[in-house]
Amino acid sequence: MSGPPSPSPARWFKALRRTRLGEPCLKTYPLECVDLLKRARVAFQAGRTLKEVFRLGQLEAVVRMLEEHECDFVDALGRDLHKPRFETIVSELILVKNEALYAINNLKKWMQPQHVERNLSTTLDECLVVSEPLGVVFIMGTWCSPVQMCLVPLVGAIAAGNCAFISPSVSTAHTAELLHRLIPFYLDNECFHVILAGTNDLPEVVELKFDHVFFTGNREEGSRIAQAAARTLTPVTLILGGKNPCYVDQHCEVATTAQRIAWARFHNAGQSLVAPDYILCHTDVKARLVQALKCSLMQFYGSDPRESRSYGRMVNLELFNRTRDLLWRSGKVAVGGQVIEAEKYIAPTILTEVVEQDPIMQQDVFGPVLPVLTVDNMDEAIAFINKQEKPLCVYAYSSNSKVISRLMSETSSGSFCSNDSVLQSLMVALPFGGVGASGMGSYHGRHSFDTFSHRKSCLLRSTRFECVTYLRYPPYEDRNLSLMTWASTLSQKSQGWCQIL
Amino acid sequence: MDTQNQVVDRLRSVFRSGITIPEQFRRAQLTQLMSMIKDNEELILNALHKDLAKPKFEAILSEVDIVINDLHYAINNLSSWMKPEYASKNLATKLDDCFIRREPLGVVLIIGAWNYPLQLLLLPLVGAIAAGNCAVIKPSEVSAATDRLIAELVPKYLSQDCYAVVSGGPEETKALLQNRFDHIFYTGSQAVARSILQAASVHLTPVTLELGGKCPCIIYGRVSIPDAARRLVWAKFFNGGQSCVAPDYVLCSQATCDALLPALRKVLEDFYTKEPQSSSDFSRIVSPRHWTRLMELLGKSSGKVVLGGESNQEDKYIAPTVVVDVAEDDALMQEEIFGPILPIITVESLEKGIEFVNRKEKPLALYVFSDESSVINTVLENTSSGGFCSNDGIVHMTLPSMPFGGVGASGWGSYHGRWGFEAFSHRRACMLRGWALERLNALRYPPYTEEKLSWLRWTTSAKSSCSLM
Repeated sequence: MSGPPSPSPARWFKALRRTRLGEPCLKTYPLECVDLLKRARVAFQAGRTLKEVFRLGQLEAVVRMLEEHECDFVDALGRDLHKPRFETIVSELILVKNEALYAINNLKKWMQPQHVERNLSTTLDECLVVSEPLGVVFIMGTWCSPVQMCLVPLVGAIAAGNCAFISPSVSTAHTAELLHRLIPFYLDNECFHVILAGTNDLPEVVELKFDHVFFTGNREEGSRIAQAAARTLTPVTLILGGKNPCYVDQHCEVATTAQRIAWARFHNAGQSLVAPDYILCHTDVKARLVQALKCSLMQFYGSDPRESRSYGRMVNLELFNRTRDLLWRSGKVAVGGQVIEAEKYIAPTILTEVVEQDPIMQQDVFGPVLPVLTVDNMDEAIAFINKQEKPLCVYAYSSNSKVISRLMSETSSGSFCSNDSVLQSLMVALPFGGVGASGMGSYHGRHSFDTFSHRKSCLLRSTRFECVTYLRYPPYEDRNLSLMTWASTLSQKSQGWCQIL
Repeated sequence: MDTQNQVVDRLRSVFRSGITIPEQFRRAQLTQLMSMIKDNEELILNALHKDLAKPKFEAILSEVDIVINDLHYAINNLSSWMKPEYASKNLATKLDDCFIRREPLGVVLIIGAWNYPLQLLLLPLVGAIAAGNCAVIKPSEVSAATDRLIAELVPKYLSQDCYAVVSGGPEETKALLQNRFDHIFYTGSQAVARSILQAASVHLTPVTLELGGKCPCIIYGRVSIPDAARRLVWAKFFNGGQSCVAPDYVLCSQATCDALLPALRKVLEDFYTKEPQSSSDFSRIVSPRHWTRLMELLGKSSGKVVLGGESNQEDKYIAPTVVVDVAEDDALMQEEIFGPILPIITVESLEKGIEFVNRKEKPLALYVFSDESSVINTVLENTSSGGFCSNDGIVHMTLPSMPFGGVGASGWGSYHGRWGFEAFSHRRACMLRGWALERLNALRYPPYTEEKLSWLRWTTSAKSSCSLM
């Protein structure tokens, strides 16, 4: 097995210095970014990232990095988020590996030009759509799943043949530092760079001008990034958090519903973009649901989740305080409610008697607190959902397929899942992204490749065969026009369209 | 008369009522749009002639027919576009339904341009209607006669509840952009695009930008000069050179340039006679301001005019003009020409030509004339542009099956045919699960154990990629 490419002496020295100090080095200065960007552009112009063999090599290196440093990632995420080993491995490492393997297995197909339908005057020509890389792209991940949110888009960027900058969130400092240290050992040092920048510094980096900007985070930050990108005419993909509604119908399997909701809401201590944010529960089933949720939580985390090795912590004091505030000022605690500041611990909490005006309904809940609101019927739920901004996900639990159908067709969101949550965002074959206030663009699987590619239409003609083309030249004659129009209508009847230029 | 805000609000509540969603509604509106064009062809041709002295032949091909074609294409394919797209499943989701739904975005804004005032406004509208949206359309005020005609005709044929025409200049557009739209589709210049993007970013509105650029035309290697000249002249001087995909400048060797000039002269004579000003087949510049801009460029240029050069201010006429001895820093190379002036720049080799092109911003289109496929492939693989065409110009954008759009400075997003439908749709991933297989599901629940982890790992072994989550 060949070892990782040997790093340049300068980087080795930096890495050594950092590990000796034991403190993560938390800033890549703007001047350094300018220099790195220049290097990436030169590498891209030289065509380094274009060949299939290069892209495959880099993707395989990503897989190797995750396998060889599994313990380091588990450790870093444990320190940053108290993330259980299981969650790190499954929802961060295996997820990225899946994406990389999927890209590796499909890269050849994705890189092939697609032939398209031709018309009468182009039957002797070649009409293709070719996917080309955009250039140097900038990927910013948020802290709730710091590894996955940087590396899954990176897989797409690499597969599409780009150079890339990634900026893991500095809120998860140990993980950011780990990525900053490891990537140079595995990926090409000229093409891929990890920078460490605070959220407030990111717009400044965006303005250095990239060919595409990919941002995951919350709405305010997303808007600032979009505005910075607008100033430099840069296309963006934004994956923004929001309040994901979850409707629970009176006809559903309550126990299973509770299991699935509890898992979705409380894994990673509720810090997830795709978890159900609040429940709209039919009055008939509310009491049973809350009881079932209580049982599921007991089953998952025991009577004292603080002791459970399967339960996480809040990423920092700021978020801890914010979530605790929302908890204290809204509704009534039906389950949980315990908080311990020193540990940034908030118990898995269910709130009932929550109303629309409560503080917890005014912002995204990025923590282990689940408000339950009651509705009398499905119409009320749909109306409520449609009053809010379009979220990343809409969830509906019901045994009645008509109910599901209505929830799906009468609401809008990035994605939709019935009788489960989160899963639709993990499938490699489905696009994952937002709409409206929850963002624009999508990724995962082939959609990542497409996000970081330009589809170039190519028409390859020959000058030899003038065929019907001569009809279009001046001096313009009505006779020629009639001929062309008549031929058009002929084809329209058979193919539905024809352009005879 | 509603204010702009009222118009947008009204359209939004109509959209919420869901009337634009059913397939029959969309099909009916598309059919109405087709009638609008067919019933009023004379009026349309007259308006276009008033705005740009557009010859009837050009107007029919590039304004009327192209929209009608796209309408036929959309009407015939709408059903299949609206169907959910089923996705491949994995082990854990075999019993589920996983598909992608195309959903309308809501109320969209389409801003047209003046060079093809009908096409650039209505082609995106076809996509917007097909995708089930409501739309505000804003024709360019520079092509005033067409602007008035559209404002008059659209309310007569399309549902007034769902589609509105807003006319006005830069001030009105700025005010319009204060409103929140669910998508903005803009065709025009980079400068204006920047301010549109900034207004859009405040509302987190996605934007499709169709911008211009300097479209290079490389002529190299073994090539039939008379054939190349004919196609080049057609593409360049169609609509008086005022096309975003017109070849902006030519790159070739000195020898090719020498052979090209007499061929160009002959073709120009064949097409427009020795007195193009008297030919009814040659357009005029859209406005005095643009005429002045072009004449200034020509004046500042250090190149030598070898063909054409005549002009007439009152008539807004500039003859088909060819300029040689143009350097990279010439006035003609600083901005998109957008007029009937063709600079020819000589380069020593194909590599130098490609380097020249790559030093500039990515253009909307790139052209190569050559009989050698190696030359064509070299250029295709070593340059980037919105679209590409070899041995012809412009026509690559007339095929509804190919996406039309820019990259880099020439914009992003695409449309035409199915791509227009996609531009105005949201692809929503949907997963419909059942209650079964909860035992399998349980593998992901806490309390986490090594055994569960091993199972999950096993299902994601080396060569396959499967998720059991």
